[in-house]
Amino acid sequence: MSVLTLTQENFEAEALKSEIPVLVDFWAAWCGPCRMFSPIVDEFAEENQDKVKVGKVNVDEQPDLAGRYGVMSIPTAILFKNGEIAATLVGLQQKSALEDLIQ
Amino acid sequence: MEPEKNILDMLIVGGGPAGYTAALYGARAGLSVLLLEKLAPGGQMGTTDMVDNYPGFPKGVNGFDLAMQMKECAERFGAKTALEEVSALELTGEVKLAHTPKHIYQARTVVLAMGSHPRELGLEREGDLRGRGVSYCATCDGMFYRGKTVAIVGGGNTAVSDGLYLSRLCDKIYLIHRRDKLRAPLPQQKALEQAGNVEFLWNSEVTALLSGDRLSGLRVRNKKTGEVQELACDGVFIAVGQVPDAQLAVGQVACSEDGYVLAGEDTRTNLPGVFAAGDLRKKPLRQIVTAASDGAVAAAMAQEYLDGR
Repeated sequence: MSVLTLTQENFEAEALKSEIPVLVDFWAAWCGPCRMFSPIVDEFAEENQDKVKVGKVNVDEQPDLAGRYGVMSIPTAILFKNGEIAATLVGLQQKSALEDLIQ
Repeated sequence: MEPEKNILDMLIVGGGPAGYTAALYGARAGLSVLLLEKLAPGGQMGTTDMVDNYPGFPKGVNGFDLAMQMKECAERFGAKTALEEVSALELTGEVKLAHTPKHIYQARTVVLAMGSHPRELGLEREGDLRGRGVSYCATCDGMFYRGKTVAIVGGGNTAVSDGLYLSRLCDKIYLIHRRDKLRAPLPQQKALEQAGNVEFLWNSEVTALLSGDRLSGLRVRNKKTGEVQELACDGVFIAVGQVPDAQLAVGQVACSEDGYVLAGEDTRTNLPGVFAAGDLRKKPLRQIVTAASDGAVAAAMAQEYLDGR
């Protein structure tokens, strides 16, 4: 499963009502650490596709989603379980930090 | 875990401009080169939106794009990258070892290029409030504070350029500096003074982060008068310098009191076959171009060391 682009329109169906945990990466094109984080998130998604769904929210295009979850620093990665926030990681992370979230 | 059988000519720790320039020069000279990076290519440079002072880019260049190009340059001559975090280095023997969660690599020379990271203020709740009012990257997080009041702590290049960037987005900015003047190029200082929405608090230090669920303000003390005030603000951008990431080498190579690896212009440390390149080396100017320069020198010195064995 590839990484999803999440928007206002599909967020509820894809992220909140998902059967498996969902990791959401809040990012923007002009944010350097976000660009460094992106391939790490992609690799994590690829390697854990049976355990977790991975989506990305572009905060420029989806300011309401960023606002709803109180994102004030990017990149921020939020893990949702059963529609609830289970964990939040702020800033550039190693892949192992993402793996620890779903252990 | 068994060490890899193959002994590399050169192992580089850190994938910023110093590391990738060492990889380019080393690989182009015919050495077998592996570069280990814990996150993604670029290091501090990779997080920079616009690099205006690296020669050859008249319109400036995005730091991450430049990082990917440097990586490509090195790979063109056969250098390899592994995205693995080094947990320990053994540098004193003739064959040096680098431990990662997956491998133990062996190499005849090591280039230390781990760089540095932004210094924290060291205040209570600073870590908790990261992403909830505390930031170390104005270009990343500035837009979340559009029309709001923010503070910048620091008075060097980063603080001043953060100030200029934020002055265009935010309603009101406090610049809190422990000295009575800035240390940044004059034209930028002038521009900041003329921005109109920046208030300077000189000789001042932040003594506490005020917060509920998120940052609500700062307690600031004037070091000259002893006067303490509380400033209400929505965010604080911390730009108080860098801390070298030399921990892996501490206890093996000689370091300065403030944690930088001691190596001269030739990048040689006190250990044979171990070189220090980029921001973690004790030196007067830390820029992309000087990091790249160190990388080139380190590769040349490593080659000389290998030839002379």
